[in-house]
Amino acid sequence: MMVEFQSGVRDGLPVLVGVVPFGLACGIMGITVGMTPLETVLMSVLVFAGASQFVAMTMLGAGAAGGLIVLTTLLINLRHLLMGASLAPHMNRLPVPVQALLAFGMVDETYALTMDRVRQNRYHPGYQLGCNLSFYLAWIASTTVGVCLGERIADPLAWGLDFAMPAMFLALLMPRLADKTGALVCALAAVVSVAGAMYLPGKWYIIIASLAASVAGGLLEGENNAAQ
Amino acid sequence: MLHNETLLVIAGMAAATFFTRFACLALFSRSGVPGWMGRWLKHVPTAILTALITPALLLPRGSLDISTGNHYLLAGCVAAAAAYKTRSVIATMTLGLAVMFALRWINL
Repeated sequence: MMVEFQSGVRDGLPVLVGVVPFGLACGIMGITVGMTPLETVLMSVLVFAGASQFVAMTMLGAGAAGGLIVLTTLLINLRHLLMGASLAPHMNRLPVPVQALLAFGMVDETYALTMDRVRQNRYHPGYQLGCNLSFYLAWIASTTVGVCLGERIADPLAWGLDFAMPAMFLALLMPRLADKTGALVCALAAVVSVAGAMYLPGKWYIIIASLAASVAGGLLEGENNAAQ
Repeated sequence: MLHNETLLVIAGMAAATFFTRFACLALFSRSGVPGWMGRWLKHVPTAILTALITPALLLPRGSLDISTGNHYLLAGCVAAAAAYKTRSVIATMTLGLAVMFALRWINL
């Protein structure tokens, strides 16, 4: 358990390079839109979802209705449903409270790391907890530093550090393209997500492209099985 | 100081986000995942990773930008090659970010 936990933390560390600038930006933005330091940090502690926090803070600053902000949060985070479903076969033997605890820490990066571990070896809750905890603490700490620095520092995302996220995902994606179905799923997701990002509002492209490409992959695999 | 209105919004956001993260686990925790769904879900990581990466590289400012002025696309190509060759997260991020900073520095 401890060994798995440590290896989750270790794999999470390099990826934190990509999270810290977003956390800093999150803290700075909270102050900029007029939230108190405590509220800004509390949002990171309770919500722990970067993209929706940025959108919510923008809406709070613009004086949007609370219900609308919560609904928008729900829509932005719909992709978690798909991630949860894909983790379910590995997690359903765990006690429900443990599943709930691990689900709270499931963000894009920790999900990707956990599934990469599944691909290489097998699922382990200790590994997932190690990833989750290092990301959670880094997110809260960097939001807090952002709040303290406020507008005294320049936007950390302008340095190009936001590139760390796609770079890390590329490293986790490549090994999945070795088989033909994986490569086709990737190609389809690329086309649909780019078209969606161009023509659909908000973040709809993520969930639509992921659904379309993964269902197509499942159907292709079903056909191959039937042909054998 | 805490504003009640903002606190309520934060609580609502926390509930909505946790719902999206836990709903599917709760749904399948007793019954398990049916076989046809397992075949589908197997491809979810590839699909989600691609859907997060591609627009970030091709539309870094919200509109399609396929040109040498798009630093995200150039650094992305280098990172993809590094990922293919090394299979290492650290090597991919180091090389990708190095190219990104270099492009910013010389401001191509």
